[in-house]
Amino acid sequence: MSVSEIATGDADEQHTVAAATPAFEAAAARAAARRGLFMALPAYVYLVIFFAAPFAIVVIYSFATRTRTGGISLSGWNLDSYQRLGEQIVRDVLWRSLGLAILTTLICLLVAYPFAYYMTIVSTTARNVMLVMVMIPFWTNFLVRNYAWRLLLSSGGPLSSVTEAIGLGETDLLFTKTAVVIGLVYSFLPFMILPLYASIERIDHSLIEASRDLYANGAQTFRRVVLPLSMPGVIAGSILVFVPSLGAYVTPDILGGGKEVLLGSYIVTQFGTARNFPFGASLSVVLMVVMLTATVAYFRQGGRNL
Amino acid sequence: MGVHAGVVFAFFYAPIAILIIFSFSGDRIVGQWGGFTLDWYREFWNNDQLTNSITVSLQVALIATVASVVLGTLSALALERFRFRGRRVFDALLYLPIIIPDVTMGIMMLVFFAEGIDVVDSLLGISLAKGITTITLSHIAFCISFVSVVVRARLSGMDSRLEEAAMDLYATRWQTFRYVTFPQILPGVAGGGLLALTLSLDDVVISQFTSGPGATTLPVYVFSLIRKGVTPMINSVSVVMFLASLVLIAAMLGVDRLRSTGSNVPSAVPRGDLSAEPAVGGHERGDT
Repeated sequence: MSVSEIATGDADEQHTVAAATPAFEAAAARAAARRGLFMALPAYVYLVIFFAAPFAIVVIYSFATRTRTGGISLSGWNLDSYQRLGEQIVRDVLWRSLGLAILTTLICLLVAYPFAYYMTIVSTTARNVMLVMVMIPFWTNFLVRNYAWRLLLSSGGPLSSVTEAIGLGETDLLFTKTAVVIGLVYSFLPFMILPLYASIERIDHSLIEASRDLYANGAQTFRRVVLPLSMPGVIAGSILVFVPSLGAYVTPDILGGGKEVLLGSYIVTQFGTARNFPFGASLSVVLMVVMLTATVAYFRQGGRNL
Repeated sequence: MGVHAGVVFAFFYAPIAILIIFSFSGDRIVGQWGGFTLDWYREFWNNDQLTNSITVSLQVALIATVASVVLGTLSALALERFRFRGRRVFDALLYLPIIIPDVTMGIMMLVFFAEGIDVVDSLLGISLAKGITTITLSHIAFCISFVSVVVRARLSGMDSRLEEAAMDLYATRWQTFRYVTFPQILPGVAGGGLLALTLSLDDVVISQFTSGPGATTLPVYVFSLIRKGVTPMINSVSVVMFLASLVLIAAMLGVDRLRSTGSNVPSAVPRGDLSAEPAVGGHERGDT
């Protein structure tokens, strides 16, 4: 049934609609595509220049050589900087950072899950209040949040006074690995809570009821019904915590005092005092590869909707 | 579980509360209470470099927000409403700045601008320097994606039949956008803008790598202060930054309320009849 000519009753406004032949529709589709491209072009061009190009330059740098004065020489393409990745020192840094990131992610998961679940079973008003209360730290300045812990953990500081009062003696947690973990968990916990909450909230509660009806206890219900159904949220939250933790730079610096070298600081040093751009670039490429793998894995899981 | 939630909340807010309390402490040793005083706030106010950095931060944030809102909204509209060649690539490209660790982005921009400055120097003989421009350009680069995600979420939840209805009623594309689409995505655009503003004001690492002499943003300056040695003045600076965040949060909540009233409009369109149609139509036509 094709559209025939339509004319309104009013003689002044005679609108005619062209016949919707395949040719016409194809032309219209092309015009729409052109419009779409036109709209996307500014952002597209901007990102190509100011994101894709820098990305590419870093990758190229990783194959370059370092001149004696700390500059870049592109004349001899080599894999030297990648070979350095096999060195003991470098591997230590990499494993340490990986371990820290995994630890942070696990702790965030363990802390966030009950919290997110609780959010789904309370009343709507309580839930909204809780959401806002979770968002506030998220919106607060990152530096402030880290610095607050520095204050809290300093020797002779508040935490120390408290533990002294209850007889545990002075605590000097600052500049330890524990401090860094606390700082990272504190910084990224909202990133774990929100996707988890979104995912758990979607679970059909009748499924949980059904499980209970079939004589499953709480633990079994959790293990076999709730947990699998909340997997998209678990994965999303884990990636959102793992990737920044791996490349963390500010938190280890403020709370760890740079005592233990982690990947983030290591990369920064290469571009700062050590002036070994190719090596820093290869380290960054490693970080980027991990990040891309995690992202692709996530999207493969079909987890586009959080 | 309620207890657990309470503990988590305490975990969230205790450090900040303590920070605020200690910013009024008179003891020079950070972390020990020494009587109430406003000295640190006075010191903050009188520190020129500090107040300078606030100005720089605000300038960068303002420009970056406006630019990224425009570009982000355009890209969201393009991705949600049109199909064009290179759409997948564009989509993927937009997601990268969200996932990338800021260290990586920071060095990317550092390297890019270093090379760029060299190229411009050798080609045109002009020697540019890093500064507000480079910071702003970098901020726009990562803010576009965030604005785009927020606006897209809003767009996909929007009833596109309203746009079709408008065009059926002889509205031009521009009129449709202005009177139908835009008012509905406005909460998303505002939310995205606030997000961009916050991210720009918050940013430490990327700004550190792209800033130059005379142009440091507030977080970068505070970060350098912290590394040099912790003084009580930092407490007062942090509290001020925290209060600024609260203002942004209040704005965000205001936008949220806009969002909940805005979504009443699509639901005014009766869905019931239209959802019944396909079933009937399918049977009549007898196609698969």
